Amino acid sequence: MDAVTRRRFLLASGVVGGSALVAGAAKLSLGGLLHTAGEASAREDHRKTPKLVIVTLYGGNDGLNTVIPYASRAYYAARPELAYEPERVLRLDDALGLNPMLKGLSSLWGEQRLAVVLGAGYPKPDRSHFRSMDIWQSASPSGPTSSGWVGRWLDGTKAAPEAAVSFEPMLPPLLAGETRTGACVSIGGLKLPTGITPDMIGVLGRREPNESELQARAADAYANLININQLIRDAEAASAAPEVTVQPESPATSTGGSNVLSAQLLRVAQCVEAGVPTRVYSVSLGGFDTHASERIGHEFLLRQLDQALTSFAGRLSRTEAGRQVTTVVYSEFGRRVRANASDGTDHGTAGPVLVLGSQVAGGLYGEQPSLTDLDDGDLKATTDFRDVVGTLLAEVLQADPARYIGGGYEPKMLPFLARD
Amino acid sequence: MADDLALLLRRAGFGPTAAELAAAKKAGYDATVAALTAPTAPDVGASLAPVPVLGPDPLSGLSSPTVAQRAKASEERWRQTARITQWWLDRLTVADHQTREKLWFFWHGHWATSVRKVLRPQLMLTQHRTLRSSLDFAVMAHKMITDPALVFWLDGESNTRTAPNENLGRELMELFMLGIGRYSEQDVKAAGRALTGWRIDYDGARTFFSPGWHDNGAKTILGTTKNFDAHSLVDFLLKQDRCAAFIAERLWFRYASSTDPIPKSTRDAMVAVFPNSMSMLRKLFEDDAFRASAGRLVKQPTEWFVGAMRHLGLRPGELSDEMSTYVLNGLERLGQLPFAPPSVEGWPAGAEWLTVGAAQARLNLAGRIAQLVPAQRLTPEDVAHVLTIETWTNRTYAALKATTDPQHLLTIGLASPEYLVT
Repeated sequence: MDAVTRRRFLLASGVVGGSALVAGAAKLSLGGLLHTAGEASAREDHRKTPKLVIVTLYGGNDGLNTVIPYASRAYYAARPELAYEPERVLRLDDALGLNPMLKGLSSLWGEQRLAVVLGAGYPKPDRSHFRSMDIWQSASPSGPTSSGWVGRWLDGTKAAPEAAVSFEPMLPPLLAGETRTGACVSIGGLKLPTGITPDMIGVLGRREPNESELQARAADAYANLININQLIRDAEAASAAPEVTVQPESPATSTGGSNVLSAQLLRVAQCVEAGVPTRVYSVSLGGFDTHASERIGHEFLLRQLDQALTSFAGRLSRTEAGRQVTTVVYSEFGRRVRANASDGTDHGTAGPVLVLGSQVAGGLYGEQPSLTDLDDGDLKATTDFRDVVGTLLAEVLQADPARYIGGGYEPKMLPFLARD
Repeated sequence: MADDLALLLRRAGFGPTAAELAAAKKAGYDATVAALTAPTAPDVGASLAPVPVLGPDPLSGLSSPTVAQRAKASEERWRQTARITQWWLDRLTVADHQTREKLWFFWHGHWATSVRKVLRPQLMLTQHRTLRSSLDFAVMAHKMITDPALVFWLDGESNTRTAPNENLGRELMELFMLGIGRYSEQDVKAAGRALTGWRIDYDGARTFFSPGWHDNGAKTILGTTKNFDAHSLVDFLLKQDRCAAFIAERLWFRYASSTDPIPKSTRDAMVAVFPNSMSMLRKLFEDDAFRASAGRLVKQPTEWFVGAMRHLGLRPGELSDEMSTYVLNGLERLGQLPFAPPSVEGWPAGAEWLTVGAAQARLNLAGRIAQLVPAQRLTPEDVAHVLTIETWTNRTYAALKATTDPQHLLTIGLASPEYLVT
């Protein structure tokens, strides 16, 4: 499999059919978002509020070749063709180093703005892409739930949809609550066939009594399209509106090429600087399902990730609003320790979570899983990923983690966020 | 009754013409189901679009191609891919046996394999022919497990005795034959071992078995221990109760409702005729639950486009090069390009097709399609007749009343929520 797309998780999770989604997700545009920034004083307040950016790496990132245990003999023995020589890794300490492609993140490490949480996972790991991703996004290892942890926070705080925003084409389960959902924000101006006016489309976007839910949602899409057009025009008219990058009309015919993550993060930065009231942003990069010839493909992805995160972090560090942003990077699972015959790796378990930003206390957190004490060839998780989620809920969103993680779980705070 | 028939024809095929709908109404529901699922006359329409012959892969016979040869080959493969994609769209449009064509399209989404990784359109076309020639699911599963495109797509050719690759074995159970959670990780590993030994002859567009690469040891899968190989594994999975139920669920999901689960009685009726997939469809269409499922499916972009072509009397095979390119780009923007599903799980369904981005792409593609139709005076009622919509909602009627331009009317009709959702 080449690229596991997000759709797979959305579909399978059942979240997309949820009632909350039907009730009114995805009604906001970038223009709309900028619009909600409102008055100057409100914008100023929003610029001072802590914000969270969640970066999802779809497909199962190879954690061992991201944060490399270069001092371990077992690492070289298990994957001779995939392992990186000790001289090449970007050292974090005398045992672990970053993949050579992660030069920018290595600089952030030097500036103590990068925290690495080691061995994050959950008990009884599931190696299905979508179920494992569902578990991470719902923060519920025990069984499927129909809401994501950000979605439950939206429910609990009775937040407006713009409080959590995804710059992806579809809403991730992460942002879906039982009663509320975040917004999917699309960008770019309105283009209609000649002769078709926004008014006609606005009319087409009205719901009808007694029509099926799907048909009503088909109508909503048109209403939203027109809404976006109007709001973007409003935002462009406002002098404070940042430049909106329009996506190219023709799609890339090859995999890779344009850096999707960079484009998404650029928009996050624009919104943060404009002082919009969004507290949580969700962005993603796919393609990490590297079963064969992993090294080249993985390096390509890590380079994209590094470039996107580094330029984002650099830009954010220059403004007060940007310095309030904490970015977390995770994947649904790592890969198997041992390489397979195709110089790739099969679905594994625990992996590192990266946290970066001006509020972050750089360093290593938790314990690197043993490479010799394995669970049937897989790493044993040393950090419950819910501790990461709990810490983000408590420190960034100032919310009670136990309330939103549920299942009787009591998160242990990880001290990777150093508040002033 | 009339509504049932429109629903049946829309779901069974790619969009009935007004004439087909009228004929079905005359014949009645039961006779129409029978005619759709067991057509007797030859498919004259399909003969207008025979399966293309691509010739050899441009790198065929070259053991160490130069960079220039590779570049040229990749361009040629891209052209060939566009050609088979356009051909398939044309075939879906002109075929009389709509239910068969749609079922093959369904199977493509089930054994979802993408040319984006496979790269060789010859292999994609080979898989396509194989799906067409597989009369039931059992035959299909046996052929697919050694299909060169699928094997390559899921790294099966590098799955060896010494270091198995799990990818194909996992998806065989998770996505193709049982459904998630019906097996353990140990079963996945054992299935991977059972599938070792298959390699690909690229020039011949075929797989072959290398006994030396195969793991001959005993494997325990779902509690049964024996020396499984690819075909005995498929046989074994076919006999699991879950397999027939899983296929019935997938058919329900694509033909009846992407949101509601299949009722047990419907599933039982379909399972009883497994592995004949056309018979399973027939049981589905005859079921009351199917008739009650109106409004629960969103047309996939390919269905929407092919339906529009059929309704407007157009042929994808007769479009200008410029328009053909626009169509392929448009379908990609809408999220569904045949031969290029986004992942091994195939395409999404339901409200996922209804994003704002898709709304804009659909309007623009609808606008371009409408321009292909010679202008003639049209009323909203005429548009409904052409598109086989029973009645417009007040909303869409109001939007249609805002213009008298025939092409604008068609654009709005094609984009309307009632045309999109069946």
